[in-house]
Amino acid sequence: MTGTTPVPPPPGLHLPRYLREEAAARTPVAHPDYRSTALRAPLRTPVDLPHRLTEVTGPVLGEDRVQPTDADLTWRNGGEAIGQRILVYGRVLDSDGRAVPGALVEVWQANASGRYRHVVDNWPAPLDPHFDGLGRVVTDALGRYEFMTIKPGAYPWGNHHNAWRPAHIHFSLFGRAFTQRLVTQMYFPDDPLFGQDPIYNAIPPAARHRAVSRYSLDRTQDNWALAFEWDIVLRGTDQTPFETEDDGDVA
Amino acid sequence: MSSNPLEVPPDPAAPFQPRSGQRGTGFLTGPLRLGTTPSATVGPYLAIGLTWDDGIWAAAEGTAGGIWIRGSVFDGNGDVVPDAMVETWQADPDGGFPSPEDPRGAATYPGFRGYARAQTLSGGFEVFTLKPGRVPDGEGGLQAPHVDVSVFARGLLDRVVTRVYFADEAEANASDVVLQGLPEDRRETLLATPTDDGYRFDVHLQGDRETVFFAV
Repeated sequence: MTGTTPVPPPPGLHLPRYLREEAAARTPVAHPDYRSTALRAPLRTPVDLPHRLTEVTGPVLGEDRVQPTDADLTWRNGGEAIGQRILVYGRVLDSDGRAVPGALVEVWQANASGRYRHVVDNWPAPLDPHFDGLGRVVTDALGRYEFMTIKPGAYPWGNHHNAWRPAHIHFSLFGRAFTQRLVTQMYFPDDPLFGQDPIYNAIPPAARHRAVSRYSLDRTQDNWALAFEWDIVLRGTDQTPFETEDDGDVA
Repeated sequence: MSSNPLEVPPDPAAPFQPRSGQRGTGFLTGPLRLGTTPSATVGPYLAIGLTWDDGIWAAAEGTAGGIWIRGSVFDGNGDVVPDAMVETWQADPDGGFPSPEDPRGAATYPGFRGYARAQTLSGGFEVFTLKPGRVPDGEGGLQAPHVDVSVFARGLLDRVVTRVYFADEAEANASDVVLQGLPEDRRETLLATPTDDGYRFDVHLQGDRETVFFAV
């Protein structure tokens, strides 16, 4: 189940092939310690689907989905959210090292006390009337994104005895093609809860560090907010990043 | 786990290997590759970040020829999954994609954006779209009309990917390389069945009728 079968392009069509991460670094769809997978993760091996036009194209979702205020989660309903302000920033790249500009980045998270503004979340921690936990940003010409938010709290989730999720922010990205679609979670460095969290530990050891952000003194704002840097890498093609025909993709 | 880390097992699994002493040159010997970011589950609260008012409209409301694709997502018990998100991506009725990545050029079709996302909160999902046309298969032929589908949910650490084909396209389906490459008894899991106003397509994550999922 590694790699895709090369398909000769039809006349007049040249299709990029998106490289799959090697299995040793991919999150499996199921993980026994994450109990919710038991009845939901498919049991059969997925069938390799060579990349054709449907897979190498993707929707254009950008600026028209985003309001300027969406990048600052710390101010909602005319008031200031409670908790530690943090700036989260980084770049969206593909595995060839190319920036992915104009990409819609959707984020959602718990508030400072670890509670989501969601009817299903009955963890008795306080809700914050000035925090909805939703942000949207679009990457700039160099693939950069940034948003201001509140550091999310850890919360219990009942997967096993004393199960607490490490603090995390959910991210959703589209890239430029169906094959690049990614939903993931960003963690914070040195979280003491990593060791017992099956969602974090479902990531193969070789790739776990890629889910963890880095504290950034450079971007920490004096008297205002701590900063965390996190680059997101989507799948790239089998082209090298230095081919001249790709120059247009970088700008 | 050994209770005492100082107790060395008498028969270590991997004996110590001395380093070769060779050093790298410091130059790249292959193309630069960055490791991709690992996926994670959307969890149960995806509605906070992934809900759009216009999410279900791959084609604008009222577009002539529009169809509804409706269905449910079922778990291994046969129970409906009420906290999943289904995303669809497809060609327009002429077989073009509204995407700059289409090497034939980005197609435009009035009222069509090709993409929809829907939640299953009410027990099912529905998207309004246009029936896709046929698209080159990259091997000199044409693919049968199809829609690429991603399913996200709590309990899935990565999305699962499938395709909707249309049961009333028997002739095109018979020549589709993807469909024909599947065991005959599993092809039907990808066939949407006609309804009064479109099609029905159910996703079975597990079980006897487990949907065919693709590695893309």
